[in-house]
Amino acid sequence: MPQPHVYRTEAIVLRQRPLVDADKVCVLFTPLHGRIEAVAKGVRRTRSHLAGHVEPLTRSRFLLAKARSLDIITQAETIDAFPALHDDLDRLSRGLYAAELVDRFTDSAADGTRLYQHLLDTLHRVETADSPDLPLRWFEMRLLDDQGYRPQLQQCVRCESPLRPDGNAFSVPAGGVACPECRTGLIGRPLSGRAFKLLRFLQTAPYEQSAQVRIDAGLGRELEGHLRGAVELALDQEVRAARFVEVVRSTSADVHNGKRAAAPFVERRAQGED
Amino acid sequence: MNDPARPTGASAVTAIPLARLIEAFHRLPGIGPKSAQRLAYHVLRAPQSEAQELADALLDVKQRIRLCGLCQNLTETDPCGVCLDPARDPSIVCVVEEPLDVLAVERAAAFRGRYHVLHGHLSPMDGIGPEQIKVQELLARLGAPSPSDTAAASALIEEVILATNPNLEGEATAAYLARLLVPLGVRVSRIAHGLPIGSDVEYADERTLHQAMEHRVPLGDADGNRISVSAPPAAAAEESDRSAQPTP
Repeated sequence: MPQPHVYRTEAIVLRQRPLVDADKVCVLFTPLHGRIEAVAKGVRRTRSHLAGHVEPLTRSRFLLAKARSLDIITQAETIDAFPALHDDLDRLSRGLYAAELVDRFTDSAADGTRLYQHLLDTLHRVETADSPDLPLRWFEMRLLDDQGYRPQLQQCVRCESPLRPDGNAFSVPAGGVACPECRTGLIGRPLSGRAFKLLRFLQTAPYEQSAQVRIDAGLGRELEGHLRGAVELALDQEVRAARFVEVVRSTSADVHNGKRAAAPFVERRAQGED
Repeated sequence: MNDPARPTGASAVTAIPLARLIEAFHRLPGIGPKSAQRLAYHVLRAPQSEAQELADALLDVKQRIRLCGLCQNLTETDPCGVCLDPARDPSIVCVVEEPLDVLAVERAAAFRGRYHVLHGHLSPMDGIGPEQIKVQELLARLGAPSPSDTAAASALIEEVILATNPNLEGEATAAYLARLLVPLGVRVSRIAHGLPIGSDVEYADERTLHQAMEHRVPLGDADGNRISVSAPPAAAAEESDRSAQPTP
């Protein structure tokens, strides 16, 4: 039976890159076809009907035409534009981090239904959660699970004895946690008791329960370090958007602490005005 | 038997200088192999003077064009003509992504201040952060003008207009710059968002329509007074706010 020339799908736009003239290649993540690269024609023009519907971190309905190399987006209609995500730099940086993880972990023609739902939920949570970091940690844990890199948090990765909370180390190359007796000689970082319990909780609990846990900045950074290490080892490459999260976080802290060197500048301006 | 070192097929019948030229054209953005061949054969058939002119222009642009030390735009002289122009308002700086954006804003003839060209935008997934674009140069311009920058030193910047592209990367860049600039005590504004002239509401996406509604321009107030459409939106909004306040 001949394949249809056009097909419909819902997708989250992960990223774009310029093609020729006003065209762009959009990387779409779909529930049924996995990751698709498709051409959005003329989207750099101000009068493009497609442009707003194919922006990264937008969930849209697409009509795609099959072509020899890249499929072509013929129609698109936004389902969810995630406005609160786009309007807040802190949340946007986390959304881009989640999108990059999916972009790098997935390939075409793979069934991505479960991961699609996880990504969609994560974007909604990043958009609305008090702290946009916790949804990312939960998402990283699900992603590692889905891709077959579930960290071993129940028993020691070396002696296989059941783990107690304290004195452990998280060894990314060994695939999980090593007990106090076995951690010597393993490449890994110390794992605090609180972080250990929280990692186990994140691995098994639904997000709604995980979201109830109060996480201070120190614990948050520790979790982030361990899980990002696991993700980057699985990918065998750096997650570039992580650097952007750091940059945004530093400016955010500066803004909140009033740390930016505004005072000398304001004084200088005042002197200039005098 | 074939010699593996000898080129075969089309490359075997193309003279090496011509193949080099085709390869050079092929490296240009948007030029495929066929277009590269056509351009190379065009150059080959063109008079010697035309080819010389092209070669001179290519070398000239590489040797003489540099970045303006102030606005970072491409220029032959440093500072560039715009930065030196006494008729332009040095207290307003329009931040754009690329030199071509300067040309676009100039074509509109709606801005008489100076520019700052970032030479890109933040692109987290491509690893392009603030260090890869001209953010530090902008901050230096606002905080500590160099001694040679007499024009800037004599007149401080009062407003920065963020005119990066209204897409995800451009918005992220603008939001990041706003975080850095606002604490410096300078007025920071973003170019308006909304529907382009000549477009259809029916085809507009939700975010554009949302922004268009948010940044709508009043045409008249509740007292029946008309507000000039040609007035700048900020002035029109202020006028509308004033008219909305109860009279004492």
